[in-house]
Amino acid sequence: MVATPLQRLVVIGNGMAGCRAVEEVLARDPAVYRITIFGAEPRVNYNRIMLSPVLAGEKTFEDIVINDAAWYADNGITLVAGDPVVAIDRAARTVTAASGRVEPYDRLLLATGSDPFIIPVPGASLPGVVTFRDLDDVDKMLRAADAGGQAVVIGGGLLGLEAAHGLSLRGMGVTVIHLMPTLMERQLDEAAGYLLKTELERRGQTILTGADTAEILERNGRVAGVRLKDGREISADLVVMAVGIRPATALAKSAGLAVERGIVVDDHMVTSDPAILAVGECVQHRGACYGLVAPLWEMCRAAADMAVGRPGAGFAGSVTSTKLKVSGIDLFSAGDFSGGADCEDIVMRDAARGLYKRVVVQGGRVVGAVLYGDTSDGAWYFDLLKRGAEIADMREKLIFGQAHALSGGAAADPLAAMAALPDDAEVCGCNGVSKGTVMATIAGGACSLDAVRSQCKASASCGSCTGLVEQLLALSLGENVQSGPKTMCKCTTFTHADVRRLIVEREFKLIPQVMQELNWSTPDGCASCRPALNYYLLCALPGTYQDDQQSRFVNERLHANIQKDGTYSVVPRMWGGMTNPGELRAIADATEKYGRMVKVTGGQRLDIFGVKKEDLPKIWADLNAAGMVSGHAYGKSLRTVKTCVGSEWCRFGTQDSTGLGIRIEHMTWGSWMPHKFKIAVSGCPRNCAEATIKDFGVICVDSGYELHVGGNGGIHVRATDLLCKVTTEAEAMQVCAAFVQLYREEAWYLERTAPWIERVGLAHIKASLFDAPDAVERLAARFAYSQKFSQDDPWARRVGGEDAELHQHLGEFRPFPTPALLEAAE
Amino acid sequence: MIGDWLDIGPVGQISPGNARTLPVQGGEEIAIFHTLDNQFYALVNKCPHRHGPLSQGIVHGAVVTCPLHSWNISLKTGQALGDDQGCVPTIPVRVDAGRLYLLRSAVVGAQAPAHAA
Repeated sequence: MVATPLQRLVVIGNGMAGCRAVEEVLARDPAVYRITIFGAEPRVNYNRIMLSPVLAGEKTFEDIVINDAAWYADNGITLVAGDPVVAIDRAARTVTAASGRVEPYDRLLLATGSDPFIIPVPGASLPGVVTFRDLDDVDKMLRAADAGGQAVVIGGGLLGLEAAHGLSLRGMGVTVIHLMPTLMERQLDEAAGYLLKTELERRGQTILTGADTAEILERNGRVAGVRLKDGREISADLVVMAVGIRPATALAKSAGLAVERGIVVDDHMVTSDPAILAVGECVQHRGACYGLVAPLWEMCRAAADMAVGRPGAGFAGSVTSTKLKVSGIDLFSAGDFSGGADCEDIVMRDAARGLYKRVVVQGGRVVGAVLYGDTSDGAWYFDLLKRGAEIADMREKLIFGQAHALSGGAAADPLAAMAALPDDAEVCGCNGVSKGTVMATIAGGACSLDAVRSQCKASASCGSCTGLVEQLLALSLGENVQSGPKTMCKCTTFTHADVRRLIVEREFKLIPQVMQELNWSTPDGCASCRPALNYYLLCALPGTYQDDQQSRFVNERLHANIQKDGTYSVVPRMWGGMTNPGELRAIADATEKYGRMVKVTGGQRLDIFGVKKEDLPKIWADLNAAGMVSGHAYGKSLRTVKTCVGSEWCRFGTQDSTGLGIRIEHMTWGSWMPHKFKIAVSGCPRNCAEATIKDFGVICVDSGYELHVGGNGGIHVRATDLLCKVTTEAEAMQVCAAFVQLYREEAWYLERTAPWIERVGLAHIKASLFDAPDAVERLAARFAYSQKFSQDDPWARRVGGEDAELHQHLGEFRPFPTPALLEAAE
Repeated sequence: MIGDWLDIGPVGQISPGNARTLPVQGGEEIAIFHTLDNQFYALVNKCPHRHGPLSQGIVHGAVVTCPLHSWNISLKTGQALGDDQGCVPTIPVRVDAGRLYLLRSAVVGAQAPAHAA
């Protein structure tokens, strides 16, 4: 029998934080308090974070009870369950419950937790719309799942994905709607988010990212579906809102305690009233609110120290880690990736095993980690992170995990580790090549990565063993290793040729997918590889690939040419170099309104200079109104088709060169290419349109059309090669389309036709076009198909309001004079 | 708080991988970046090289590539990376309850970098 308790402790909240705080108090001194716990839910304390496994059918409620009825009884605790406290009288030191019950306190502990955030859209309160917070919510979901049908989960964070997983296992068809482009964007980077999305889709869930809910639809007084802001509708028998939580602060606020986002507490969890402590998700400590469990435990220890009158160091804030509780998906995230100066990313990908690891290091210490596919080292990284441990000694091996990094000897030096491998150890899994075979190949004279690849096929397929083969080369030849062909950029060991080939062979669909499957060494590429990958995918997947604007150079993103002062120049299309008084008047007016200068270009059109970013949609509107469209003078794309006046006027003209030029420009405009592409049509061999320094040039002669390719008037002037001669205009146009498509499909990004032809040889071009009788026809058909999706005027879309934010400032700040602050515009 | 930090609106105004601009009357225009791993940074919108508008560059990792001559600038430090030398002032950014804040004193006091060679 304990001594008579002196003081009364009342705890509001029978959840994880409230009960843990009580356990901590009892552990320190069971004789200080007589304890009463109020809970809003009519049941004993259970482990809320295990609701997901209950929903998924992997656990029962009994499995997740933390403190059963006996615990309350054994410790002399009065549990008031299902009767929430509705008022606190701080002067009288009493609390009043909904039933009218009044309980006096000497010390009050608030552990009111958080409330699910309900997005304020029409229909949010319909029957069939539930949140995911307590056991009642789980019961509602289970009843809905029994009836089968479709569920929509709004929110692709931790909670939403766990709800989606559970409902999916219970037999419902599940669609996840997530506002941000990446799932779990607070914990995951783009690469890990991509892997997660792919895996969930493979399991049959539909994942819609970048999807903003407009309305919950109703039929017969119940939920019937969800309509997105882009107009899409998804039918649903159950809608789960799991977009986030908010600290439950209403009670504290009405009692007059200091409340900001959460109930404000100091390091000892004391609120603005010294008699009242608060712990858990309802508090705000040093500006931070927490929604994960580990910091809650630390808070409870600090609060218990305070409650028994022995305040310790207190709670100093916490870094958090996350694991997704979806069976079969191993995902870990800890720390944050914002860092400060001098952060470094260490990235390891293993496509074959679906592995992605990223550790962020700053000042010789781990500050963040994301692991996908193998989270066994998560605890170790988290420990290094929390301890702020020095990792300089194991920097090189850190990413390989604890076992590797902490073992000394051979593993410390990767070359020594390679040397220690037996000859029959497999180096290349794709082609079954052993270390011995690679060594023999090198001894036989292969002294570059490329030579090894071509002679024994090691690292010639997926490329994930490239690093191992390079180590074997270094072991055998030391300094005498010949560097291979240039890789695409520093993010990859693959060349442009490899990447293009693999995108087609392995049917890659997205930039993050290419980076993952081809073991990119950076989280999201660089300014060199992003535009290249975007083009390669666009070319491989006409009509289905979603162009990634963030991978476009500014000119292609703003559809104008940036100039040295940050203004832009604007070139409307003049088909075949033809214009008329109406267009010229519109250009003159537009120049006066928005530009500072107009210049005749070398491509037979007019360039308006000095246009501001925010004026671009306005000048385009004026030019559109006069019938003009984008000239794509800014793009890796078809630029102009330059012509001479031809047989209509010229006494030497042999064919209608102007008309052919206009028809070719109508066929080819708008197409994205590896680099800019210029065409010209001259009406006779005097070649006034300079067709022999263009990427594709037509010289009209009496008997037909000479078609020339690979000319360039730039840094290295190169005259064209004669490709062939045809007799009709239709043939000339078809060969043009076929050649353009061959260039689009085979050249490397930023490779003009001239260096491309010098690299692959004119014979290769001719063979590709003319060896098979229907090659020209098939290439031209592929070009025509791709053009179906690219021939809409990007200026008109912007005039119509698309991507308006690209042209607008956020607002304007006017520090002096008053008014001191003009608020941001949106 | 209000006095020290300038509220520039909700985080959703800048999509990941993009940047937007805040002109400052009598001062330097600020570029605010949202990286693909959901961090926010703010820099004076002028490359230390030839004053190119960094807000218009391609963002990768915590780096922006200037649209004029492809200098790579660290979003965290404002330092030019690689062999290039130069630095552009950074402005502390705070994200709170879904809104973006810039440190007012840094916004008002920001100076453009001198032209590099």
